[in-house]
Amino acid sequence: MTQSLGKDLLGLEPLSGEQIRLILDTAEPFKEISERTIKKVPTLRGATIVNLFFEASTRTRVSFEFAEKRLSADTVNVAASGSSVSKGETLVDTARNLEAMRIDMVVIRHGASGAARFLADRIESNVINAGDGTHEHPTQGLLDLLTLRDHFKRLDGIKVCIVGDVLHSRVARSNIWGLTKMGAQVGICGPRSLLPNSIDELGVTVFNRVEEAIEWADALNILRLQLERMQGGYIPSLREYNRVFGVSRERLDRAKRDILIIHPGPMNRGVEIDSDVADGPFSVILDQVTNGVAIRMAVLYLLSGGKPELAEAAKRGGGV
Amino acid sequence: MPRSILLRGGRVIDPSQSHDATADVLIVGDKIEAIGPRVGNDAAGRDGLETFDCTGLVVSPGFVDVHCHLREPGREEVETIATGARAAAAGGFTAVCAMPNTDPVTDNQAAVGFVLRQGTLADAARVYPIGAISVGQRGESLAEFGEMVSAGAVAVSDDGKPVVSAHLMRTALEYARTFGIPVADHCEEPTLAHGGAMNEGLVSTRLGLKGIPSEAEEIMAIRDILLARRTGGHIHLCHMSTRGSVELIRWGKDRHINVTAEVCPHHISLTEDAVDGYDTNAKMNPPLRTADDVAALQEAVRDGTIDLIATDHAPHHYDEKEREFAHAPNGIVGLETALAVNITWLVASDIIDLPTLIDRMSCAPARVFKLPGGSLNRGVSADVTVFDAGAKWIVDPKRFKSKGRNTPYAGQTLQGRTRVTIVGGRVAYRADA
Repeated sequence: MTQSLGKDLLGLEPLSGEQIRLILDTAEPFKEISERTIKKVPTLRGATIVNLFFEASTRTRVSFEFAEKRLSADTVNVAASGSSVSKGETLVDTARNLEAMRIDMVVIRHGASGAARFLADRIESNVINAGDGTHEHPTQGLLDLLTLRDHFKRLDGIKVCIVGDVLHSRVARSNIWGLTKMGAQVGICGPRSLLPNSIDELGVTVFNRVEEAIEWADALNILRLQLERMQGGYIPSLREYNRVFGVSRERLDRAKRDILIIHPGPMNRGVEIDSDVADGPFSVILDQVTNGVAIRMAVLYLLSGGKPELAEAAKRGGGV
Repeated sequence: MPRSILLRGGRVIDPSQSHDATADVLIVGDKIEAIGPRVGNDAAGRDGLETFDCTGLVVSPGFVDVHCHLREPGREEVETIATGARAAAAGGFTAVCAMPNTDPVTDNQAAVGFVLRQGTLADAARVYPIGAISVGQRGESLAEFGEMVSAGAVAVSDDGKPVVSAHLMRTALEYARTFGIPVADHCEEPTLAHGGAMNEGLVSTRLGLKGIPSEAEEIMAIRDILLARRTGGHIHLCHMSTRGSVELIRWGKDRHINVTAEVCPHHISLTEDAVDGYDTNAKMNPPLRTADDVAALQEAVRDGTIDLIATDHAPHHYDEKEREFAHAPNGIVGLETALAVNITWLVASDIIDLPTLIDRMSCAPARVFKLPGGSLNRGVSADVTVFDAGAKWIVDPKRFKSKGRNTPYAGQTLQGRTRVTIVGGRVAYRADA
């Protein structure tokens, strides 16, 4: 049994349950750092990290940047627009140029599935996948797991239903792998045109109706509905989507128990989630964002060679 | 006295005359002179006789590839007709048909003449041009089949693209009948396949890649078969990849519809699992499918539902494949690995025997496309391949004669290797000792 994460974090599919638990446990001591007045420890002092964002992102990019800065790493942000990428440079050339500058880690967000793996196979630096196409978004999956574990005090045996556009969702894939590896039961619910045909082969339960999903689940992970799916002909209208699959207070009230609500953001209020649900008492959507920083600190720490048992010490001020 | 070649003591397999026995083959000038157990002794002492000891080797009619992309004109940095023809000879092919999706498109008699002339200058495997079905392969109006056939085109195809309009396909089948040539179609329903990068299934779901369902191929295959029934034209279905397509072809043949079909070596050997890890050398169109599809295609090669094996040789520049999977181009090189892949996955695993393989790689393609070759009968042009059916070798793309290096078989140990390729009585390829 290896506890080490290896060189890269490309997805949750290749990780074992042990490795996922290691990341979650390592995140615990890092949560507290963000609550301090001076939110900084010297753990990654001298490490150079590039945040390479080929797709627009606010939440994930800022979250990574805070995680890096709170660990005292030197960071550079590269966005696709305004970089040599917009001049036609290939991904492999971008990677080699960054490598030549002797960086330690790359955090990559890219529109093509497999882009993080592509980079990881070609450079020595650690690579963290911050979302690749419709493949995986492992740190989002991990922060969802941490948030669920905070609430339920366990992951084993809980029932989580992912609602929405699973077909195009990297968050859904990372959640399915992470939850099943940690012993949770996973449901998915959405219009059949937005669910992959072969999804049941991944060991999930498929619900056609959101009412059935609500009846079954302890928690709902509500996915953002990409507005362009309507133009793609996958659904007839946003209005109908809201009426058939939207998570509303009325629907939740009919459930026999309280259901925890998570959402990877950004939300389309009134489409996949109604405002009174998003802002309601069982929504932990902002806790997810807070946990995101701790999870990313844990991943950065572990990939840079940090020992999990030293995370407490690192928090108190030691280096890696 | 014309030069002569003696291929001595090989296992001579010529399905066209049901020959499978140890024998000598004597070539005089550009023709097959004789086959028989004592031909060598009788020929001994001829002036200028070049003798190849073929003991332990197979001597067969030269392989014919009805589907390859030689990239000239337009992409000479990727492949030229000369490098492609030499790669073909190295793979045991004595003739190849060049698809017309060049730049400019081979859609007129002058372009056909250019391909033919470059093929002659290459002086390796014979090169037969295939003309486009539609002008510019735009799928709008018919290209000039009559003039292209007069200039040397042996078939028409818009390969690389489907013929979207059923009306255009119907007309092409009818018009091609006039000239006795097949219409070779790339079966792909474009709205279903749109944006797809691999087979639709569990692997595409896991990798987050847009899938191409089997039905994208099968819908067009049955459309074409039905249009061949309507018109009496000869439809040739390119690179079939699914069990469903095999069943549709069988349905058509049972009804004596004029349909023929090909399969590529990669579709009878690899599955969608090869895409795992986002290996762009496992990206082709149609995509690698499932193990069940592979089994159905292997069986179809055995029982003849699939008439022949063609490479779909598609060289790409290294840089083009060295990128994100969804953005990488489709296709792999195939001319120099086809024989070994076919022997490894079909013959060594006892799906078919060597005579059947030689039929599918030589006799059948020559027959279906009405080309010379596919036989060692006395008096025919001496297009002959000598290969070692047992030789194991490790695929090293750097050693290819093709300019393309894009192969999913790199580093694999395969069985079966060309030793000598003779085109028109001239040695076009000889393996290093």
